[in-house]
Amino acid sequence: MKKLINRRPGKPASWALGLLPFLLLIVAYMLASDARLTENPNDKLLPALDSFVQAIDRMAFEPSKRSGEYLLWEDTLASLQRLGIGVAISALIAVVVGIGNGTIPLIRSTFSPLVTGLSLVPPMAILPVLFIIFGLGELAKVMLIIIGITPFMIRDLQQRAMEIPAEQIIKMQTLGANTWQIITRLVWPQLMPRLISAVRLSLGPAWLFLIAAEAIAATEGLGYRIFLVRRYLSMDVILPYVVWITLLAFAIDFLLSRYSQWRYPWFHQKSH
Amino acid sequence: MAIIEMKNLWKEYGDQVVLERLNATVNEGEFITIVGASGCGKTTFLKLLLGTEQATRGELLLDGHPLPAEPDESRGIVFQRYSVLSHLTALENVMLGGELHGNRWLGITFGKQRKQLRKAALEMLDSVGLGQAADKYPHELSGGMQQRLALAQALIKRPRILLLDEPFGALDPGIRADMHKLVLSLWKEQNLTVFMITHDITEGFYLGTRLWVFDKPRLDAQAPGAYGAKVTYDLPVGDCENGTLKRINQTVGRTSRVLNDTL
Repeated sequence: MKKLINRRPGKPASWALGLLPFLLLIVAYMLASDARLTENPNDKLLPALDSFVQAIDRMAFEPSKRSGEYLLWEDTLASLQRLGIGVAISALIAVVVGIGNGTIPLIRSTFSPLVTGLSLVPPMAILPVLFIIFGLGELAKVMLIIIGITPFMIRDLQQRAMEIPAEQIIKMQTLGANTWQIITRLVWPQLMPRLISAVRLSLGPAWLFLIAAEAIAATEGLGYRIFLVRRYLSMDVILPYVVWITLLAFAIDFLLSRYSQWRYPWFHQKSH
Repeated sequence: MAIIEMKNLWKEYGDQVVLERLNATVNEGEFITIVGASGCGKTTFLKLLLGTEQATRGELLLDGHPLPAEPDESRGIVFQRYSVLSHLTALENVMLGGELHGNRWLGITFGKQRKQLRKAALEMLDSVGLGQAADKYPHELSGGMQQRLALAQALIKRPRILLLDEPFGALDPGIRADMHKLVLSLWKEQNLTVFMITHDITEGFYLGTRLWVFDKPRLDAQAPGAYGAKVTYDLPVGDCENGTLKRINQTVGRTSRVLNDTL
């Protein structure tokens, strides 16, 4: 008998073990739901599985009685659009400022303290300021995402840019590169996979800020819907929405990771 | 013709003297091997030649003019590691020098110019024995292949001086012997001026034309930084008497022990 620390599951066993907690959670939920529903058939807190199916059917595949829209897709589109614009703008700012700060000492001395200071401001605390300045429209929600994740991404990319071995920067100079060429041919391409991992890390906070902004001021969106139906204790809508958001987050993360591995093999397979 | 001249060169960090009173003239085509204990300023000397550090006193001349105070095309370098760019294939690494020259704005070339660079780069890769590995990334190459790639990348620019900073330190002995052959043949072919740092004194004794030993002739065990290192031996390789290697080994070994016990 090997010590516990040396016992490794095979591939099928590994899958089975991974799925087990999910199955247990579902079974536990069903048991609890059954128990509550036998006591009170109108209980809304733990709806049965078929109420979820009905709710999903109603939200995703039937036009809304009020507006004639398919609400789930409408909400998903609105949320993904805000998330996409916010994260894309943040990534762009982060790359530009991160490269500047990480590569050129004069720029670093000027802006690095500012970025550090800004990154310490709690974004949720200035949400009212954003609504006052940018109104209640799309801009305020996108701005919250940008303000929330950009400083962190800048600091991350600045650090990664500074981690590029000094040998390679000297090498570029001995090959005749000027400062701009060192950025375009060395720093920029080497930071791309690191930008993707920074985006993956910041997607969690980005969703948080998105849902927070939508909860406060929006007329559609996944976060808006959840907070709207909360008034009617519609757990049958809220829980599928939460699962759907989780799936979206997982899919985006998975795609980014695969893209990075396909596009930047030199980054992911470093052997030395 | 003198390519490098050192006139009373000093390098100090605060009150720590690293190098003192270096005087030498190096002619074009010489292959200088530099040995010495760790902490004796070999790498600092290379940094002076490279331009990433500046001398605190004295003059360092390249072709009769003060050496540029930053790295540039006149001096090529191969480090012990990280010499090649990890995000470019072997071919792209060797083409890089030409591309940077061909397009000052983007550093990328197109069309006919690119084809020419590609052809020259492939020839260069062939001459270091990497013709089959042109499309591989550095992480797919062995340590020895990476160093050969670094040599090809540096030499295709035809630098005035080639600096080698313990380029074979991380390689297996067999591979190291192959690399010696390669460096010697490239040196003869291109009539290069080479400065090579090595840890291995015997390597220094048969590679190249001239051996410099960096050592601290005055060494205070209580304050090892009080006096700097000098070139204590400046020998032509090939015609030195039998006892010399042993003597150098002894003095370098002694310095090394003092430095490493007190540092």
